[in-house]
Amino acid sequence: MEKYRIDQSKGLEFGIYTLADHLTNPHTGERISAQQRVQEIIELAKLADEAGIDFFSVGESHQEYFVAQAHSVILSAIAQATKKIKIGSSSTIISTSDPVRVYEDFATIDLISDGRAEIIAGRASRIGLYELLGYNVRDYEGLFEEKFDLLLKINEEEIVNWSGQYRPALRNAKVLPRPKNGSLPIWRAVGGTPASAMKAGYAGVPMALAALGGPASIFKRTIDAYREVAESNGFDPAKLPVATTGFFFAAETTQEAMREMYPYINEGMKLTNGNGFPKQAFAQASDKRNVINVGSPQEIIEKILYQHELFDHQRYMAQMDFGGVPFDKLAKNIEIIATDILPAIRKYTAKK
Amino acid sequence: MKIVGISGSIVGSKTRTAMNYISEEISAKYPEVEFSIIDLAEYNLQFSDGRNYLEYDGDTGFVTKEVMEADAIVIGTPVFQASIPGTLKNVFDLLPVQAFRDKVVGMIVTAGSAKHYLVAEQQLKPILSYMKAQIVQTYVFIEEKDFHRKEIVNDDVIFRLERLLEDTVVLTETYQSIRQAKEDEYDF
Repeated sequence: MEKYRIDQSKGLEFGIYTLADHLTNPHTGERISAQQRVQEIIELAKLADEAGIDFFSVGESHQEYFVAQAHSVILSAIAQATKKIKIGSSSTIISTSDPVRVYEDFATIDLISDGRAEIIAGRASRIGLYELLGYNVRDYEGLFEEKFDLLLKINEEEIVNWSGQYRPALRNAKVLPRPKNGSLPIWRAVGGTPASAMKAGYAGVPMALAALGGPASIFKRTIDAYREVAESNGFDPAKLPVATTGFFFAAETTQEAMREMYPYINEGMKLTNGNGFPKQAFAQASDKRNVINVGSPQEIIEKILYQHELFDHQRYMAQMDFGGVPFDKLAKNIEIIATDILPAIRKYTAKK
Repeated sequence: MKIVGISGSIVGSKTRTAMNYISEEISAKYPEVEFSIIDLAEYNLQFSDGRNYLEYDGDTGFVTKEVMEADAIVIGTPVFQASIPGTLKNVFDLLPVQAFRDKVVGMIVTAGSAKHYLVAEQQLKPILSYMKAQIVQTYVFIEEKDFHRKEIVNDDVIFRLERLLEDTVVLTETYQSIRQAKEDEYDF
């Protein structure tokens, strides 16, 4: 795990990720400016850093209702504004970027942040960016696999010799600057299915798994599949971190948290995905076995510990700002995480 | 209540003729219903390429959004090669997996022969079920002999169309009120 800067003696890492969605607050009907949203994301990262949270990441999105098209630029501002927190992308769409440029950017962010940068590379759940950036969506799989491989190669080798189908060949190419400690933790972003997780297993790379809804137990199957495939391909699963990502919202009581959170999720999904979140399904989020971490601090602690028991994962990443959540609520959530949730989780998940 | 009628083929007139009856019946008896017909013959739809329906533009974007915004859908379809036309299947392919969740779907099937009666049962209903529709179980099956010069000449068919519409409206209201009552119980 050292290669990926994970120290299990400190317990399950707690991270916060944002997709930098830019949506109307459904409770007030108001939408802040794009500039304010970007600045609040940087501010949120600062609060997370001060609260002792382990990781903060920003995802790349190119469609309407999002502001992190240039996510690495936001991350570099965060690198400068924070001191200890690890920072990364969630995710970087490697398929539609040049891995050399991505690596240059993140190695630079690593230098700015004094060795805190990571990349989570994904394939995009939406495909509008292919046209925008000049790629053919028919190459969806080929583009990702080839460019992700190249990204990993650049991370391992300072002088790169490489040729492929979607990018001109590299001959004795020096990709600079190098990260502070020689390499970056690079994760593969995975949707919910075992088939997708197995691809991370074949490559023996860390996996960041989206777990947006439903029972936690179905994601265990995906994690098991990942570790089995990694092992049968000669990698040691004990050295490969797993992160899960999902919705999070804490309030004094579970009822209050559910009441507050539902409109954000439902209205936000309607606008960004075209389908709302059914109340019936959301009602099940109050069950400990459901993967959505919404509730009172105590309920959330129990849920995360239950998930850790199932998954034995190394990092949980919370998405708390989806759907126009105002900044004061985000700050309140950070406070709850710092005072109630982090101490309990670290206490019960630290490995001796 | 918003009902969208889909006339599922780009050729022929029987399905559209039946859909016109539905349209007239709605304006006569259900003034509160907002109704529109999407006749696929009047639109130029691209084939589904797997993207989210919000990302299509032009006719394809219009049709997918119109269908997604409906409370109920009346699908009119002819039978081609013992199944639904590819044009109609493409509309389903363009939509998300649970596109018909909380929607009522009624069906009108036109065919050249009575031998096709079970096509809707075996080919259309499974698709609608998979997409989470509340199906009006009884569909209206209309044969060649029921039409003459783009008119329906069999009163029995007209009565059945009236009943289909009544069932569609009543079931939509019923499911909406059941869901509303259930949602009101939740404390969020």
